[in-house]
Amino acid sequence: MADLVNLTIDGKAVAVPKGTLIVDAAKTIQNDIPVFCYHPKLKPVGMCRMCLVEIGTPKMDPATRQVVKDDKGVVVIAWQPKLNTACTTPVSEGMAVRTQTTVVSDAREDVLEFLLTSHPLDCPICDKGGECPLQNLTLEHGPGNSRFEYENKQHNAKHVPLGDLIYLDRERCIQCSRCIRFQDDIADDHVLQFHERGRHMEIITLSEPGFDSYFSGNTSDICPVGALTTADFRFKARPWELGSSPSVCNHCAVGCNTTLNTRLDTKTGINEIKRVMPRQNEQVNEIWLCDKGRFVHHYTRAGDRLQKPLIRQNGQLVETTWERALDLVSSKLLGASSVAAVIGDRIANEDAHLLTKLVNSNAKGETRLSPALPASYADLARDYGVGVGFDMKQLGKGDVIVVVNGDVEEQAPVWFLRLRQAVVDRGAKLIVSNHRGTKLHRYAAHIARYEQGMAAQWAAQTDDAALSTEELTKARNVLFVFGDEKLDAVSARGLAQILVGKLVAAGQIGKPNSGLLPLYPHGNTQGVFDIVAGTRHSGNPGVLSVDVAWLVGVGDTSDAPKARFSVVSELFMTALASVADVVLPALSFAEREGTYTSGDRRVQRFYRALPAVGQAKPDWWAVQEVARRMGFVWNFASPAQIFTDLAANVSYYSGLGYEVLAKTESQWPPVGRDDLYYGGTGYENDGGIGVRYASNPSVISAPTLPKMITSMSDLKGPARKLYQTGELIKRSDVMQTHIE
Amino acid sequence: MEKHILLRDLDVPNIRDLAVYSQHEGYAAWKKAVTGMKPDEVITVVKDSGLRGRGGAGFPAGVKWSFIPKDVFPKYVTVNCDESEPGTFKDHHLIRHNPHQVIEGTALCAYAIGANVAYIYCRGEFREPAYELQKAIDDAYAAGLLGKNLFGSNYSLDIYVHLGAGAYICGEESALLESLEGKIGQPRLKPPFPAVSGLYSKPTVINNVETLANVPPIVLNGSAWYKQWGTEKSPGVKLFSVCGHVKNPGNYELPLGKYSIQELLEMAGGSMTGRPIKAVLPAGSSSPIIPASNFHAKLDYEAMAAIGSVLGSCSWIFMDDSVDMVWAARKMIRFFKHESCGKCTPCREGTHWALSVYDKLLSGKGTIEDVNLIGEVNKQIIGKCFCPLGEFATSSMTFTLKHFKQDYVDFIDQKKGGSDVYLKELARDHHLHELHSGVVSVNGIKVH
Repeated sequence: MADLVNLTIDGKAVAVPKGTLIVDAAKTIQNDIPVFCYHPKLKPVGMCRMCLVEIGTPKMDPATRQVVKDDKGVVVIAWQPKLNTACTTPVSEGMAVRTQTTVVSDAREDVLEFLLTSHPLDCPICDKGGECPLQNLTLEHGPGNSRFEYENKQHNAKHVPLGDLIYLDRERCIQCSRCIRFQDDIADDHVLQFHERGRHMEIITLSEPGFDSYFSGNTSDICPVGALTTADFRFKARPWELGSSPSVCNHCAVGCNTTLNTRLDTKTGINEIKRVMPRQNEQVNEIWLCDKGRFVHHYTRAGDRLQKPLIRQNGQLVETTWERALDLVSSKLLGASSVAAVIGDRIANEDAHLLTKLVNSNAKGETRLSPALPASYADLARDYGVGVGFDMKQLGKGDVIVVVNGDVEEQAPVWFLRLRQAVVDRGAKLIVSNHRGTKLHRYAAHIARYEQGMAAQWAAQTDDAALSTEELTKARNVLFVFGDEKLDAVSARGLAQILVGKLVAAGQIGKPNSGLLPLYPHGNTQGVFDIVAGTRHSGNPGVLSVDVAWLVGVGDTSDAPKARFSVVSELFMTALASVADVVLPALSFAEREGTYTSGDRRVQRFYRALPAVGQAKPDWWAVQEVARRMGFVWNFASPAQIFTDLAANVSYYSGLGYEVLAKTESQWPPVGRDDLYYGGTGYENDGGIGVRYASNPSVISAPTLPKMITSMSDLKGPARKLYQTGELIKRSDVMQTHIE
Repeated sequence: MEKHILLRDLDVPNIRDLAVYSQHEGYAAWKKAVTGMKPDEVITVVKDSGLRGRGGAGFPAGVKWSFIPKDVFPKYVTVNCDESEPGTFKDHHLIRHNPHQVIEGTALCAYAIGANVAYIYCRGEFREPAYELQKAIDDAYAAGLLGKNLFGSNYSLDIYVHLGAGAYICGEESALLESLEGKIGQPRLKPPFPAVSGLYSKPTVINNVETLANVPPIVLNGSAWYKQWGTEKSPGVKLFSVCGHVKNPGNYELPLGKYSIQELLEMAGGSMTGRPIKAVLPAGSSSPIIPASNFHAKLDYEAMAAIGSVLGSCSWIFMDDSVDMVWAARKMIRFFKHESCGKCTPCREGTHWALSVYDKLLSGKGTIEDVNLIGEVNKQIIGKCFCPLGEFATSSMTFTLKHFKQDYVDFIDQKKGGSDVYLKELARDHHLHELHSGVVSVNGIKVH
């Protein structure tokens, strides 16, 4: 912390880094200066005038340019004649700030009375009521009543759909522009704007369709009033009635920390997710979520969730008891000469571990990752991945970020936000190489193109000066973000290998912020790979031919082995479930606990938020029950115990455990506490910020391809879009018009 | 004045034409500067002349120019021709009747700071004069006075005229820049100041039309020549737009500090109605009103400050004793409510609220409590706004209450509210309000 500046706030000394704004400096000593327009993640504008304080600086003698001191030797403070905004004024050496004087409290009361003259005061029916900065600050600082005549209130439209996900209540809006600035400064989707002026000023959307952004839900979190509500949550529940459980989003490799807000639904009588909120993790998602992570949760309470085990009788799947289903599966496994487990990349580490353990007990047991293609390069991504101390927030001037063959906004939206800030706000150099345009191209200092599917060939042959060993050696850090779009297994692995080669050549191995960062399809691709990457994991599951196959959370029909007998653990009657011999109803991530490993190898816990649906059980439970029937003496009572076993068996995870993963640390800016006006309604992290396990860079072997690659020759990475259709997203009503 | 320096159209017929202007030392300063002076020498002469900004704030022009960094490119000159203060019509006069002097002044400023592009930002309502100004610029291009490699040097200059969309706030320099960049007209946070980060985030000088019109004669004749007029702190001549209840409204060019308000009134022929003049607004609706008892004050920045008012944009609105200050204050508040950009809370909500109380007074439902409320609301706005506009809005309330409290008391006691005239005025304003905020459809939803 070089360049500390000393100042006093209400007489209390505080030292903060140069450039800190008064409002943030005060926050570090728990002095809550109220704000509406200011947000610690956005650039200050000083519009709402709520944060007015008295500011003074040491009095200077104009003749001597020396600080003036009184007879007691105390520095005389020259107070500014007017109040000034704490949110736009940076601290300076010797500055004095007064936040508790009558002038200041009068100003706060005045500004609140002004704001409330136009506000509808419809708190009793407002979704924000209970967690509303305007409500809270009015109670704390506002006048007891208003002298403004109620009938003079201006009435505006109350249900304006900005897009189909976000509604605007024009009466409640206090014109703070947080939403506009989020879209401009963070998302870089310039779709919101002020229209008209004065008392008629209002938020409009300029895009067609309206509010066209993957990040629109965040504006509802940071809106300091109930003006922006999500189509999903509006009029669904009062905030204080909601239960909240820490969770982790599993839709992409980022692993955003979330909080699941749940409540009994008055109509159906069942407990359901009312909204998904960001849970602060400054090293993962900060306080943001993409709209997919926020709005796709409806599948957890979809009417067609599987509720009971099914077995095939006379060609039909019929409901049965767990006893019968488990007996049948265990007897088939006992008699099987060859067994395969195919594990989807949204399955928790614990379930993957237990199933792998069971299947590997068979001499001819095979476990595979689904989708399979990432297995061709996930070992490189793990061993040459970013360092343990990796933090995108530290990327900036001097760093080189190379995005090869990936569309970060579509495939890891929150990484897009954070990489963009590293480039645009902090000056990292971005090189983008792709066969098509992506949003990141906007910020690239350098762009390279190649034919579709030719990423590896391009990387091998490029004589681009920006990617020369010399340039990469000079860089402070080098981050390679890459994807497998339109690549076959040979090319995908080839690409990763070439990137590793460049890291090694440039001496960029072993630094926290240098390494590979893969754009995996889902939230636990790395985790499942780490577990199945034992002895017999390699290759494409679709080419296997076995006696018994057990498929857990597998979406792609081409990932199903040819099997005499197949078991499918699923949430829904998917294409694969409908042709299975046994279908086991599984629990969704919201109904159980477990861990996921994100694309940057951060192992994170998610917690149970909802009760089970019907007789559905977690996969690990079903696996253990089958194992017991097969004679294994397994007594895992919870995912925590399974994780301990996992950590003992998978070397990368050694030392990790549920307690370590549940650790939190204080984060900046503070969110989710009483001072909601400051950071928004996102949640404080009380579930653990997770731990990134260490990579294992060793001398790179000769670029021979692992044998498994040959079995993967048919595979080609899809061009994944954020809203592409799937079993989960298609069950979310609010997302319907967005599905591609 | 024997001979005008700015209003030269009054001495020389058709000086608006390039040929006539050229015959009368037109563009002589420009040629002198580009062919014989270093940019810094131009800044020095303007600095030495003591020329202060004529837009209202009175900041020394040469000092402002000297803030522009030498090593950042490009840089810009922006001419503030937004002239939106009620009662001001001096810039309008200049660009219409003596446009080449404005163009020449703009060019000199650009040369002095090393800018190759200048924009003249005209308020939206100046459609016609802006076209005339453009014609003058076209003539200057045709005569080789603007464009590339001027007078055989390697200095080039382009001047563009830009029409705003009609907003008072765009006279504020940073809002003007926003508007010029195509954004919504709202003031910017300062610092950074335009000299560091102005138009398109580049160093920018913003000067008023009148300020720049002073520059050609200063460059041509030297700073000492200019200083023969005015006071030590306020040298030179100034345009005074005079209107209201006077016989001869119009623009008057006077040396600063020489005449008093009373003398200005007499120059304008005195009261039009024969009734005694009650007060004057020295700089339109944004300025502290001056009661007749202070008409002895001299016309310069310091003397005006001494009587608690400002010289500002010099738009003198004289009012005779038939004017009810409650009505006048309401008019002004309505103006500011309409013109508030909406960026900051006190101005947006405060003007809206204050107007609603004034409307109550005019409708005849007001009480003395409402008069007190106006004072309270006014105090709530003062000192809390983002930009000066919000503070300007309070002047009408502060100073009518200070100097003419009796008007308010009489208004209530004598039940002046609710008269046919006032009710009609309210009805008309209400109708206009509806028109302005007409129902439009956004995303298929009807909104107001």
